[in-house]
Amino acid sequence: MRHLLSTHDLSRADAIRILDTAEEMSAVNDREVKKLPALRGRTVVNLFFEDSTRTRISFEAAAKRLSADVINFAAKGSSVSKGESLKDTAQTLEAIGADAVVIRHPASGAAQRLATTDWISAAVVNAGDGTHEHPTQALLDAFTLRRHWAKLAGTPSGGTDLAGAKVTIVGDVLHSRVARSNVWLLTTLGAQVTLVAPPTLLPIGVEHWPCTVAYDFDEAIDAKPDAIMMLRVQAERMNASYFPSTGEYSRRWGLGDERFARLAELGLADTVILHPGPMVRGLEISSTAADSARSQVLRQVANGVSVRMAVLYLLLSSGLYAQDATAAHAKESAS
Amino acid sequence: MTEPTRFLLSGASLYGERTADILVADGRIAEVGTGLDASGASVVDADGLVALPGLVDVHTHLREPGREDAETVETGTRAAALGGYTAVHAMANSNPVADTAGVVEQVQTLGRRAGWAEVRPVGAVTVGLAGEQLAELGAMADSAAAVRMFSDDGICVHDPVLMRRALEYVKAFDGVVAQHAQEPRLTAGAQMNEGIVSAVLGLPGWPAVAEESIIARDVLLAAHVGSRLHVCHVSTAGSVEIIRWAKARGIDVTAEVTPHHLWLTDELARTYNPVYKVNPPLRTDDDVQALRAALADGTIDVVGTDHAPHPSEHKECEWAQAAMGMTGLETALSVVQHTMVESGLMTWRDVARTMSEVPARIGRVADQGRPIAAGEPAHLTLVDPAARWTVDPAVQATKGRNSPFAGRELPGRVVATFYAGHPTVLDGALNTPHPAAESAGAR
Ligand SMILES: [Zn+2]
Repeated sequence: MRHLLSTHDLSRADAIRILDTAEEMSAVNDREVKKLPALRGRTVVNLFFEDSTRTRISFEAAAKRLSADVINFAAKGSSVSKGESLKDTAQTLEAIGADAVVIRHPASGAAQRLATTDWISAAVVNAGDGTHEHPTQALLDAFTLRRHWAKLAGTPSGGTDLAGAKVTIVGDVLHSRVARSNVWLLTTLGAQVTLVAPPTLLPIGVEHWPCTVAYDFDEAIDAKPDAIMMLRVQAERMNASYFPSTGEYSRRWGLGDERFARLAELGLADTVILHPGPMVRGLEISSTAADSARSQVLRQVANGVSVRMAVLYLLLSSGLYAQDATAAHAKESAS
Repeated sequence: MTEPTRFLLSGASLYGERTADILVADGRIAEVGTGLDASGASVVDADGLVALPGLVDVHTHLREPGREDAETVETGTRAAALGGYTAVHAMANSNPVADTAGVVEQVQTLGRRAGWAEVRPVGAVTVGLAGEQLAELGAMADSAAAVRMFSDDGICVHDPVLMRRALEYVKAFDGVVAQHAQEPRLTAGAQMNEGIVSAVLGLPGWPAVAEESIIARDVLLAAHVGSRLHVCHVSTAGSVEIIRWAKARGIDVTAEVTPHHLWLTDELARTYNPVYKVNPPLRTDDDVQALRAALADGTIDVVGTDHAPHPSEHKECEWAQAAMGMTGLETALSVVQHTMVESGLMTWRDVARTMSEVPARIGRVADQGRPIAAGEPAHLTLVDPAARWTVDPAVQATKGRNSPFAGRELPGRVVATFYAGHPTVLDGALNTPHPAAESAGAR
């Protein structure tokens, strides 16, 4: 595998190798000098067609801690927004000598297009493509959950998976690349995933996914999940009749104070709360829940750097990750 | 230079049924029989070749005027000839839109000058394809182009009142409304078939119901006002059921399926390669099987290519940014042979019916789709069913490089195409346009 495009096609062994490597990177991040020489002389381009400061600085920190040269290319507002094509941009980056391109793009499949055409030969990391996937987000979520799960078991997290963990993902699944990447990855790692959403915000075809689907958040909480992952919801969705009002959405699918308190009533001392950020407090999550000891939000951010270091390291340190290079990502000729 | 006008097609298999010679002279079939006298005629060895009436496409995008970078009447009709076609219906979504007598006459003239096939302009139903006001359908019908098929193809005539009026109005000149059935609100931003694959890919879905609901409405409207309706590019199993029901009720509806919908499925979208992006989208294998069965049993009347060439930059991009459409003229017959003939669902006689005779009848093209018999116009296609070839868009006559069959090996090769007695294609390669082309009026 030369690229990280999705978790849908990520094997359990590859996922665990990334998470284990991220543990090693995390140890670096705990040191006073947070720097490794591993990617010295390599060039990583952050190619962002969407504003996402959080993700961009996470990748930037990851690449710099591996001593790579980093170029930030905010395509929004540049020649690209004046009509330059993705192909031309990619070929420009190829000419510059990019070794890896981290791409964030509003179009589903944009990362795969870069990886499977002959526009560019660099390793491609999908940093979020439309409503398709956001694999490094899922990996950092899995990393965070794995640490928590291993701690409860009293074992080191290295080499372990999420077998038996019950994870409930709540919110706008239809438009969420985070939800998709997490469903594939968490189930690959052995977790039991339940999706909770208004039926309008679940894709047609979701019944074929390897997870359970529920409409009632309270019942899902009564099922005693080990983790609850809240997804961001855009208030504008109500204008397209996905739900009647933000108030109704909050009452039925928000993690408000009452539902948060219910976790304690059920004796779920170890149930954690995740959110990919940025949070819309008061809509999908209350401040009480977001700022509680259950919240993993800041740990997720810190772990994000470790996971992205691991991904860049494994993709760019040739050999380490080449053993399962598959025909699935073989170049197709772009005539 | 004088070109020969007498041809003896020796030993052809008529409709794949019986072997005979065909003598072509002065634009007509002079004689059909065995052991015909070849004197004074150029002999075309048709041994092992199936002779069909020249193919007629009810659904072609020639792009001219306005998008000559994508295709011209010249390049599009060259592609048509190579695909075995002697007539194509040029869809109205050019720029300017073919919504006036002037534009349809211009397109027809371009076709006559090119001389590779008969170009039958399709008139827009509404002014500028805007779906608000009827175009001057009568003026287009009365023009030199004698338009009989009207369509806003690319866009659905979704306003039910406007659709009703169009259906009623074209009765005055034996016209037909060819509907691109797509409920616009249900398909806003749609990128591919809505289903298992779109859920995984995170691409906005184009649900089958958006096609089926319009077809259901339109067959009821056609019944109510007693008009003739043609449904473009049927793509779902549900649409087939509705059309089957309508025909059983005696409603005057015809339907078309594209070659790509007879074969390809939405699984191909997993590549995110926009060469597989088309409207209506590729559906599921269940839909493909239903469409094949419907074409075989006559529920779907014709194969229409929906040949839709695009400049490469409109496909070498992200899926969502890419244009919808596929080329099809040069692969249609081979795809039909593969999906329908070699699967045992249809005979070559059925191919003649669905790719020539009925398309000509729907478009009211008087001298196309005729029997292979003495006295008939000599529009003929000779196909070698035993040939195998690999699709290479770079060597096709169309300007479009967007063939979804690129790299696939297909059966069947068009060896010769006779348009009004003249070989536009010989030995599988372009020959010359009809000699009457220069003076316009290759009839
Ligand atoms: Zn159409």
